[in-house]
Amino acid sequence: MKVTRSLLATGAMAASAALLLGACAGEAETADPTTAPETPAASSTLTVWVDADRAGVLEDIAAQFEADRGVAVELVTKDFGAIRDDFITQAPTGNGPDVIVGAHDWLGKLVQNGVVAPLELGDTAGDFQDVAITAMSYEGQTYGLPYSVENIAMVRNTDLVAEAPATFDELIAAGQAAGTEYAFLVGLDPAASDPYHLYPLQASFGAPVFEITADGTYDPTTLALGNEGGEQFATKLAEWGSQGILNTNISGDIAREEFIAGKSPFFLTGPWNIPAIQEGGINYAIDPIPTAGGETASPFVGVQGFFVSSRSENTIAATEFLVNYIGSEEVQTALYEVGGRAPALLSAFEAAQADADVAAFGAVGAEGVPMPNVPAMDVVWSDWGSSQVAIINGQGDPVELWRAMVASIQEKVTAG
Amino acid sequence: MPASRLAASSGSSMRSWAIKIVLLGLVDALAVFAMFVLFMQESWIVFGVTLAVTIVINWIYLRPGGLPAKYLAPGLLFLAVFQIFVVVYSGYIAFTNYGDGRNGTKADAIENIQLTSLSRVADSPTYRLQVLEQNGSYSFLVTDPDGDVLVGNPDQPLTEVTNAEIDGTGKAISLDGYTTLSFADLLNNQRAITSLSVPFSDDPADGALRTPDGSNAYVYESALEYDEASDTFTDATGLVYRDGGEGAYVNDDGRELIPGWTINVGFDNFVTAFSNDDIRGPLISVTIWTFAFAILSVATTFILGLFLAIVFNKPGMKGKKVYRLIMILPYAFPAFLSGLVWLGLFNQDFGFINQVIFGGAAIPWLTDPWLAKASVLIVNLWLGFPYMFLICTGALQSIPEELTEAATVDGARPWAVFRLIKFPLLLVSVAPLLISSFAFNFNNFNIIYMLTGGGPRDINAGVDAGATDILITLVYKVAFGEGTGRDYGLASAFAILIFIIVATVSIISFRQTKALEELN
Repeated sequence: MKVTRSLLATGAMAASAALLLGACAGEAETADPTTAPETPAASSTLTVWVDADRAGVLEDIAAQFEADRGVAVELVTKDFGAIRDDFITQAPTGNGPDVIVGAHDWLGKLVQNGVVAPLELGDTAGDFQDVAITAMSYEGQTYGLPYSVENIAMVRNTDLVAEAPATFDELIAAGQAAGTEYAFLVGLDPAASDPYHLYPLQASFGAPVFEITADGTYDPTTLALGNEGGEQFATKLAEWGSQGILNTNISGDIAREEFIAGKSPFFLTGPWNIPAIQEGGINYAIDPIPTAGGETASPFVGVQGFFVSSRSENTIAATEFLVNYIGSEEVQTALYEVGGRAPALLSAFEAAQADADVAAFGAVGAEGVPMPNVPAMDVVWSDWGSSQVAIINGQGDPVELWRAMVASIQEKVTAG
Repeated sequence: MPASRLAASSGSSMRSWAIKIVLLGLVDALAVFAMFVLFMQESWIVFGVTLAVTIVINWIYLRPGGLPAKYLAPGLLFLAVFQIFVVVYSGYIAFTNYGDGRNGTKADAIENIQLTSLSRVADSPTYRLQVLEQNGSYSFLVTDPDGDVLVGNPDQPLTEVTNAEIDGTGKAISLDGYTTLSFADLLNNQRAITSLSVPFSDDPADGALRTPDGSNAYVYESALEYDEASDTFTDATGLVYRDGGEGAYVNDDGRELIPGWTINVGFDNFVTAFSNDDIRGPLISVTIWTFAFAILSVATTFILGLFLAIVFNKPGMKGKKVYRLIMILPYAFPAFLSGLVWLGLFNQDFGFINQVIFGGAAIPWLTDPWLAKASVLIVNLWLGFPYMFLICTGALQSIPEELTEAATVDGARPWAVFRLIKFPLLLVSVAPLLISSFAFNFNNFNIIYMLTGGGPRDINAGVDAGATDILITLVYKVAFGEGTGRDYGLASAFAILIFIIVATVSIISFRQTKALEELN
């Protein structure tokens, strides 16, 4: 009996000591990141945070890099959505990774927290799509190596509607004429709508989020949402909502299922839903998004890429790995093949045009603008979405709701 | 005592001693390793604490006697690590501005501002680079776009040389008197090489070359110059950014350089908590709803749980075990998962509840303010009644049958027996659990966040507070903003305020339940 007791007690003690040790070690580095011991191992290992989809491709290129350059690459698989916040929390402790995979709209937050280092692409910058480089830039600096671009487009069921309509009104007419349950589908959320998916329609009224400056980047201090086009769009939203063309209860999953069931000729979505549509045996075409307000219905372009930590002690190795390995045509193509997202590198992008879907989405994306990457976007998404819900569901005068939203966003952008 | 017994006893005590020594040795080994790491990192405070704790642990377990300490030590250690440290640390964070844009030290911020202010001059040419070493200092051997070869280092501006060895591509790769660095050499000195700045001439205005990758050099210009003596940054137009005392460099127009750094802000976060309009506006309605939600949740789950417990407590009922098992199932699901499932069930147009139970009626369960409140309570009832069912069953079974029999003999009817005897006795053991259930529901973040996200939002309010927001979800929105970015300092301050509310309510309630105990 006595044996058991002291065994338990000492075991518990060992466990608590280990935990205390863990807590202490974390503390210590928070306190003083610059004095981490310089060991040879640290300078020859590159730690990269990737999501599970990308990890497979990177394993091959990491092995290649180690063979060529003598630098081991340690791939840490993480949930894509968790990478941004974990990185912001960990990088300042000096324990973060050297390189992360991420989306370009994280960039504002990463720069705001000082965790990402500028990346000089050198003469290779011209080899990438312009929109990808613009997306990876913040206040005139380039921060990441882009590897893919993606955007939404109008997917049409060719068995139901044979010709691509030129305007959104024609699309609705064609959809109603097809006699299906819905004239048009887009995935929304009952609480947050989906400003990302509705943006092309808004843009066709000439109302971007922020004013775009001469060098093609956003001016995060000047909102363009509140111009006349924005108010026209709000009026239209209310109209579409009352006609049942937009329904906030149709989530992205429901919209996909209904489209695959042949219940609508049109589905506003991105390349991520194409495999499911193919499996569903739908004959489809990918069209440009028809304009609702007269101007081009340009979608947001999202860019994925790799970023280098500002606290990395391996900047030369990291830069070499990104620019000359991840930026190579083979890797860009391999990443495209596994993820289905069009490559950011022009030569790989052109090679990928052999796939009709990629070419079609790419053609639509050529009209697109990068999603804003300023830190203030978090504020914008939330107010923007909930106001759209109210407008679509007829909870007030659309123009007044829109004005209230613009005032609220402006206040927060100015304060933040 | 027979000799054989004595021998066996001393054998067992020898063995326990051996095990104790081995385990204590393991703990000490871990502690020594930890102290070694801490020593290397010069973290003296943590080093000292670890040392002291290790010595105390050894003293407690090696000295004879002092049995209470031997039992208490592991528990106290856990208490210190998991409770006291966490609470004290949250308390500390509440007095800082730690959050987005303020998440490091000032030294890191300065380094980072310098790093990001450096940029390649637009459309400037690429210089092919070979890094050389001479007497422990580094030099750049660059081949300019015209094929001319230059050498220089931070102290000696670039000068043209003609005797460099050129490779097949026209790039200079070595120079007499210098050692050519291999890629591996570069890797071992990455910080030193990337921080080199080699000027074109003695005039800084001519620019300087830097290398990001060790094989190409570019002309860099810095948008901001740091002056260590006055602790200021100056930009190209002469605007001066000073440490404004709020954890960031600001100029006279109030524009901040990013990133900033963490500083102590005293009671600022608590002041904000009470003076921020985003909070103050909806605070009253949110507080009322929080109390209503917590009290109604406890009441509904308790009533249903108690009812079911009584029903299933009937002796001789068949299949009792199976029913009880099914009853407990909702308790076994993770709350956030259930929240998501119910979210689908409640969908206005496609959800099971409207489609099947209400025959296709478009009831706006989650988008009407009052129905959303009801929906949250219904889901929480579903999630919470198994717990109440369990504790009520346990409590009912511990009430002696004789009391019921005695009351029946005295002529009491079943309802009177329940109301006057069973229920008060039940409350004695269950009341503290009801109070803790109240405290839990007061901060029941999962259910609200997963089901409604606090919505539906009052769109005219301008503040992101919805009809089902409770204090903790409102705090989450304000502090971790879908809004203005994460503000851990403010969040910690709120956490402390909510703790004070819950603690006050709990203490008062526990005082009240003491009256019940007099029944025994």
